[in-house]
Amino acid sequence: MRTLFFVLTIASVIGLAFWAYRENYATREALAGAERMRDEIRAAHSRLSVLRAEWAYLNRPDRLRDLADLNFDRLGLLPLRPDQFGRIDEVAYPAPPEQSRLEAIDVSLREDSE
Amino acid sequence: MTRTPLRPLARILSARAAGENPNVIERENIRKRHEEMHDKMRQRAEGRLFLLGLFFFCAFVVVGGRMGALATSEPTEPRASAPGATISAARADIVDRDGRLLATNFETHALYAQPPHMVDPEAAAEKLVQIFPELKPERLIKDFTGTRKFVWIKRKISPEQMQAVHEIGDPGLLFGPRDMRLYPNGRLASHILGGASFGKEGVSAAEVIGVAGVEKQFDDYLLDPANGNRPLKLALDLPVQAAAERVLYGGMRLMNAKGATAILMDVRTGEVVSLVSLPDFDPNNRPRPLTRGDQSESPLFNRAVQGVYELGSTFKIFTAAQAIDLGIVNRNTVIDIRGPLQWGRFRIRDFRNYGKELTVENIIVKSSNIGTARLAQRIGTPRQQDFLRDLGFFKPTEFEILEASSGNPLLPRNWSELSTMTISYGHGLSASPMHLATAYAAIANGGYMVKPTILRQSGPRMGKRVLSEHSARVARQMLRKVVANGTASMGEVTGYSVGGKTGTADKPMPRGGYYEDKVIATFASIFPAHDPQYVLVVTLDEPVETSGDEPRRTAGWTAVPVAAEMIKRIAPLLGVRPGVEPAIRADITPASSN
Repeated sequence: MRTLFFVLTIASVIGLAFWAYRENYATREALAGAERMRDEIRAAHSRLSVLRAEWAYLNRPDRLRDLADLNFDRLGLLPLRPDQFGRIDEVAYPAPPEQSRLEAIDVSLREDSE
Repeated sequence: MTRTPLRPLARILSARAAGENPNVIERENIRKRHEEMHDKMRQRAEGRLFLLGLFFFCAFVVVGGRMGALATSEPTEPRASAPGATISAARADIVDRDGRLLATNFETHALYAQPPHMVDPEAAAEKLVQIFPELKPERLIKDFTGTRKFVWIKRKISPEQMQAVHEIGDPGLLFGPRDMRLYPNGRLASHILGGASFGKEGVSAAEVIGVAGVEKQFDDYLLDPANGNRPLKLALDLPVQAAAERVLYGGMRLMNAKGATAILMDVRTGEVVSLVSLPDFDPNNRPRPLTRGDQSESPLFNRAVQGVYELGSTFKIFTAAQAIDLGIVNRNTVIDIRGPLQWGRFRIRDFRNYGKELTVENIIVKSSNIGTARLAQRIGTPRQQDFLRDLGFFKPTEFEILEASSGNPLLPRNWSELSTMTISYGHGLSASPMHLATAYAAIANGGYMVKPTILRQSGPRMGKRVLSEHSARVARQMLRKVVANGTASMGEVTGYSVGGKTGTADKPMPRGGYYEDKVIATFASIFPAHDPQYVLVVTLDEPVETSGDEPRRTAGWTAVPVAAEMIKRIAPLLGVRPGVEPAIRADITPASSN
């Protein structure tokens, strides 16, 4: 009886030691994984901020204005003028559905609340 | 536990038989019992003391061991950290009212050298000069071959330059990471943003600190790690700012002015939607302040808040509005304007002769100095001072950029009655265009002071009432008439019913007196005049309009057309819909006004 008790105790100690050993390495692995991921997040953040800066740089008003001037033939973009404001009832209803040809609707009108 | 009796019968009986005192036996037994108890308690106390000692010993061993371990080990970052509140070491971004980026950070590198580790200092210096032509080779060689252990070479280098330095391949040339402040829009809103530079500098990091503008004003907010991903939101509108800068620059060139400024302010919130001061600079490469000469010649000088000028006739509306507010006159009261108005040695003249008398309204529309001075006489010095103090002309504006605190208005040292009369038409008191915009906002929003602010506001922030609703409305109608058929007729923009007042003031000479041919032309406007939403103040420094036979310098010919063009461009961007102006009710004066 006593021997059995000792054997069981020793076996459970060995088992627990093995479990603790494995847990230890699993924890280290998880920590290393978390750190890798944090590095990735950090890198992604800095890439994101660079991209945001670049986006802002490419969208700076000077450049857009120059591009609009350069591509005036194709786009015909002009500064917004007061007379471009319209009212909702000035927008024509679409053609009746039986007509197959679709007509372009000018969507450049900007509707703002008064 | 066996308990021995104190008076054992056997011994008592034998003692009695022997004729001894049995109490002696009892005392003897009590003594023995006490001794026993004493011994037992002592043993127990000793045991406890030992245990306590053992405990303290262990505790001190643990503390000592931990201290030793900490002292001898390398510090490391805690590896497991809870994700949650993100803390960012980078300076917070600055964005405009719609979240468009105005200032952000960019990772670059700084280049430094450790001469003791260099293999071939001369060759390295030569190649460095090829990459960075602005470096001096003699200086580099002197630094590299001398006794120095550490030399900064460049604060910021581009990735291409970094690669080129790598290709030199000298182990003594090293890089440190640097966060660089980047203003992607270049010169846009340069005076608002200010600029940044490096504060405390180490090899592996450097602190980016603001040097001017909002960067300096909000340094604490921007540097706070807790605000790392909460950008500073300004009231500026990027497209409006870009359009305003372009129009003002064109206007400045066309009018041959040497400087110009424009302020666009929301009349209810005090938000400054656009602020331009020309000439401007690139905050990415901020020029050095002038070490000599007039600071106002520097592009760093912010004319909108730092430049204090006599703003001329734009002040007349304050005099008229106050006179109406006090019930001294109404808009149709006729004032004698025969001139020149002699006051001591001083004469007040009008730009041209407007006849014998004018109504208050026409005094503003035609901009009569004499008429305004007469109104100021009736108001009196103390009341005029109180009103101008309420409008904020006695102290720097509270606009939140560093430079605003230096825009201190210049008041007459001795405020005589003559000062009262000249100040009534804008001479003798110098204030910044920002002061003027704030005061016009009070007229535009129905008589409430607002605080000019660069931060995005969530709603109206009206302050103290300085004018009654009625007098503010009459003042607005007069401003509208100035544009409709007065000195600012070029300011008419179809659909926006602009109201405003021109002001042309001779520039003072540094040694006293005024220049004959140098003026500050100002146009302070509100639009739409019947329901004002924005105040626009345009000021040109030394404009000359030369299309006619003789040069014209008055604001009506210079600042007004520029302002009109600006309103035409920016009002649609602001989403202000052009509308038909409701007719002004003809000369109906509510009974409460008198």
